Parts: sequence; C-alpha cells; structure tokens
Amino acid sequence: MADLTQQNVSGAHAEETRRDFLILTATAVGAVGVAATIWPFIASLNPARDTLALATTEVDLAPVQVGQRLTVAWRGKPVFIDHRTPEEIKTAEDVNISDLRDPQPDSARVKKPEWLVIIGVCTHLGCIPLGQKTGDDRGPYGGWFCPCHGSIYDTSGRIRQGPAPANLVVPPYEFTGDTMIKIG
Amino acid sequence: MAQTSLGATSRIIRWIDHRLPFVAMLQRELYDYPTPRNLSYWWNFGSLSGIMLVVMIVTGIFLAMQYTPHADLAFDSVERIMRDVDWGWMLRYAHMNGASMFFALVYIHLFRGLYYGSYKQPRELLWILGVIILILMIMTAFMGYVLPWGQMSYWAATVITNLFSAIPLIGQSIVTFLWGGFTVGNPTLNRFYALHYLLPFVILAVVLLHLIALHRFGSNNPLGIDKRGPQDTLPFHPYFTIKDLFGLAVFLLIYSFFVFYAPNFLGSSDNYIPANPMQTPNHIVPEWYLLPYYAILRSVPNKLLGVILAFGSIFLMFLVPWLDTSPVRSARFRPVYKWVFWLLVIDVIALGWVGANPPEGLVVTVGQIATLYYFVHFLILFPVIGKLERPRPLPASIAAAVLQSGGGTGLGAAGAPVAKP
Repeated sequence: MADLTQQNVSGAHAEETRRDFLILTATAVGAVGVAATIWPFIASLNPARDTLALATTEVDLAPVQVGQRLTVAWRGKPVFIDHRTPEEIKTAEDVNISDLRDPQPDSARVKKPEWLVIIGVCTHLGCIPLGQKTGDDRGPYGGWFCPCHGSIYDTSGRIRQGPAPANLVVPPYEFTGDTMIKIG
Repeated sequence: MAQTSLGATSRIIRWIDHRLPFVAMLQRELYDYPTPRNLSYWWNFGSLSGIMLVVMIVTGIFLAMQYTPHADLAFDSVERIMRDVDWGWMLRYAHMNGASMFFALVYIHLFRGLYYGSYKQPRELLWILGVIILILMIMTAFMGYVLPWGQMSYWAATVITNLFSAIPLIGQSIVTFLWGGFTVGNPTLNRFYALHYLLPFVILAVVLLHLIALHRFGSNNPLGIDKRGPQDTLPFHPYFTIKDLFGLAVFLLIYSFFVFYAPNFLGSSDNYIPANPMQTPNHIVPEWYLLPYYAILRSVPNKLLGVILAFGSIFLMFLVPWLDTSPVRSARFRPVYKWVFWLLVIDVIALGWVGANPPEGLVVTVGQIATLYYFVHFLILFPVIGKLERPRPLPASIAAAVLQSGGGTGLGAAGAPVAKP
C-alpha cells in the first residue's frame, strides 16, 4: 500500500485511478463474500424448524373452578390461566390506568373477563412468578410475585412494583369452544 | 546471536535453536529474564492463575469425555461421573472448585495491580489484556455452570440471557437467537457446551499476549519505580521460579482443602435438583465470584439501567489507566490513595454480601450505596485524588530502597525491615 501511495504522487494520474478502482471493487466484493459466508453460520443459531413447529397448545378450561389457577406449557414456557373471581375482575378493572407503569386496561388483556391467560414469565429476567399454587405468596395486589428480584403483578398480570418494565405478556389465543382455548 | 547456556549443552539443541530459536527464547524469558529483586508474594498470583488455567483445561477435557450435552441426559451424566466413573468425583470437584480458585487468584491479581499502579504507562495494554481475560473467564464460567443442567444451571442461564432483553426494540429477538428456541433448552445447552470448550483456548491465546506485553517492560514492583540496571534485578531462575513454586505449594493446600474436605461449600445445593422449566427456585444466587455484579444489577430499580451498570462495572476497568491521573504507581507513596484503595475492597465485599442476600430492607440500602461508591471511586476519586494528592518522595532506585531497609535479599514483603541473614 505504501508503494501505491508513492506512485500516486509521482505516476500518471489515469492509471492510479483505475488501480484504486480495482482495489476498491475487489475489496467490496471480498467483503460481500465474507459476509455471505458468515451468514449461514450465524443463521444456524436461530430456532430450528422443529422448535418452531411446537407452536400451539389446546386447553380444556371446564374443570377449572372459579378462583382456581392452572399452569400449562406452551413453547416450553408456563402459561398461567386464572379463573378469576368477580372481586378480582372488579379490582383489575377499577385500577386508574395512569398509575400503571405499563398502562393497559384490563379489557385489553382478556377475551372473557373471567378467564385471564398470560405467559408466566417475569418480564424482568425471565423467572417464573409465584401465585399459581395455594399458599404461594401472591404479593399485595393479589396477582403474582416474582421471588427472584421482587416484581409484583396484579390480578390482571400487570406490573405494579419492582424492577420488571412490562406487564406479563398475553399470548395469542382464541376460544375454540365455550371452555376450550387454543394458545398460539 | 549470543550462545545460550541451555543450548550449549547439546549439539542437537544448538541445531534446532539455529532454525527455531525456541530454547533461546526460554533462556531469555524464563531463565535470565531480569526481574525486580523486591517482588513480594503479591506477585505470585499471575503465575498461579496461569497454572490454574492449565488445571481447568486438563480436568475439563477429561470431564468432557464422560459428559453428555443433552437436556434429557446432561444431569444424569454428571451424576454418573460422580458415582460410577473412577475418580470422576475428583475430576469434577477439582473443576468446580478450580473455577472458584481461579477467580480468587485473578481477583487478588487484579487488586494487586490496582494497589501498585501496575496499569500505568507503559503497561496499559497489559492491563487491558488482563481485563479481556477476566471477561472471557466470566463468560466461560457462566456457560460451564449451565452444563450440569440443575435448577441453578437452568435459571442462571435464563436470568443471564434475559439481561439482553433489556436492549430496546431488538432485545427479545436477540434472546430468542441466543436460546435457539423460545426458552432455554437443548439448543442452548449444546451451544453453551461448544463455547465452554472453545473459550478456554481463546483465554490461553490472550494469556500469551498478556505475557508478551508483560515481558516487554517486565513486572512492576512494590515500589512502582522502573528498574535501572542489574543492581535492581535478579534472574528469574532460580530466584522467582522457586518463589512461584513455594507459592504454588501453599495455594495447592488451600485448593485441596476445598476439593477433598468442602467440595460443595462454594456451590448451591439447588443445583443437585434437575432443571425444571416450570418452577423457579425461591432464591436465585450466582456463584460467589459474580455476586458483586449481581448486586449492582439488582440495586438499580430500572431494568435497562441495571444491566448497563452491571456490565459497565467491568468495562470501567478498561479506562482505569486513564482515569488515574497520578504519575506515581505504588500506593506506598500515595498517602491518600493508599486508604481509598481499601474502601474499594470493602465496597466490593459489601456488594458481594448484598448479592448473596434477598433484596429486602437493609440489603437494598447497602446495595445502592455500595453501587454508587463503586462508580464514584473510579470516575471521580481516581482522577481527583491523582490531581490533588502530594505523593511522598520516591526512592532513588530499587536497589537503594532494598539495601536501605536492611534486607540483603530484596524479597521481604512490603519493604518491612528484614534482619540480615
């Protein structure tokens, strides 16, 4: 490179421009080639097709009593299903939305008010909050409590206290019957 | 080229050395290598760390011959190593506790560098390579911890990979990419295993660069002044080979105590429960050597900021050579820094205590104060003390200081008066 630069100063102008052009284009093609070679290696780390295929879970809600909570697995993650009591629905609906860290009305988080379906993974660092089993600490808002770093969720799964930045995620699901849902 | 005393012993070695000057290099770098005569035992921890890296690689390779990297089989394969494989328990306990020992050695090595200003001109790159080694070690240790696929393995993997979900917009996609799925699972375990095997050899390469940079100017020393001539140094062999070997013997006693008498003292018993993706253990705690970072992460109520500060606490180390504005290396001649250094030691221990306990009441307050102090220490105290402090006069030379303090050997620790032999 040092030689080339020196030639640039003393040599004929037209020739150096062509050489510079060749160096530039050759380097550019080389860079594209390297990128194209690296791409399959990086892309191989994405979720594979068999992993993507495990995408839906069907749940029969009929045996779940009012006030009972059920955990099912969807894509390897726990999904919390809560058959909410009328009081729980009322507290969830009566919250002043502007007080929330991640403002969402309860109606935007449920398809039928008595059934709350949420992914049971804390939005802070991915622990599974307590509150599904009887006797679990549900936190002061009667929803869920994450033991790892102390995030507290309400009866709509919305973040109320602690480090988590967002509400518990509502997975895509639909009612396929009165008491049947398909998640995913 | 000067004839080497090692090479002179054999015609074959001379023949080889003429074509590949390997023995000459050993002669120069491990035999004659002029080393400050006043090095204290605090200078043992570099070579000890290097030896520990070799121990980890050797035990690790033999464990890999018995381990099965599959989410359904990993836990049982580790139990098989513990129960059925001849000496498998020893290999695993040596590897497990070896990680703790490795970090203990490296942390002492790092604090020694901070006390004696070993990062200052002209050793900035030496220091930066050391910080890179530390970061690689943390990554390697974390991925290794996941391999037994116990409860702590699984949830450590979940929590740590989720740190990246704090990145705005693309965070969740990055986490899915890291996992190779929608949760930590078999693809995650497989890639962690591959990387856990790879990274130690990357560390080995950086250690080599660390040594090249070290031997460019030679070791710093407790006085922090440059060596000026032969009167300030001793040949590395036999003076420091024997000193390093003695230190190694003492270290091995401590290491062996843990391996043979308290092998699970430093670990978490929850990791002997197989991984359960549907249940988080009630208290998630990382290994002790990561507790201070974990405490910083938890002390900040904002997720993104907590992640930035936890990573920042390590990356800050890269800037230390430029944050410290004092021209004097050794804290022995810095009347203010000498004390402030110990505040940092106390601060880091406090952060470790905070990280080990559930975040309630006093723990939260201490955590927030200690986190604040950590950053104030490096970003404010370092530059300000360097500017305002009046250092004590430096000795004329290493030899002068050593001879004046009465010790003829120059090996007395901390320059304390040593009786003449």
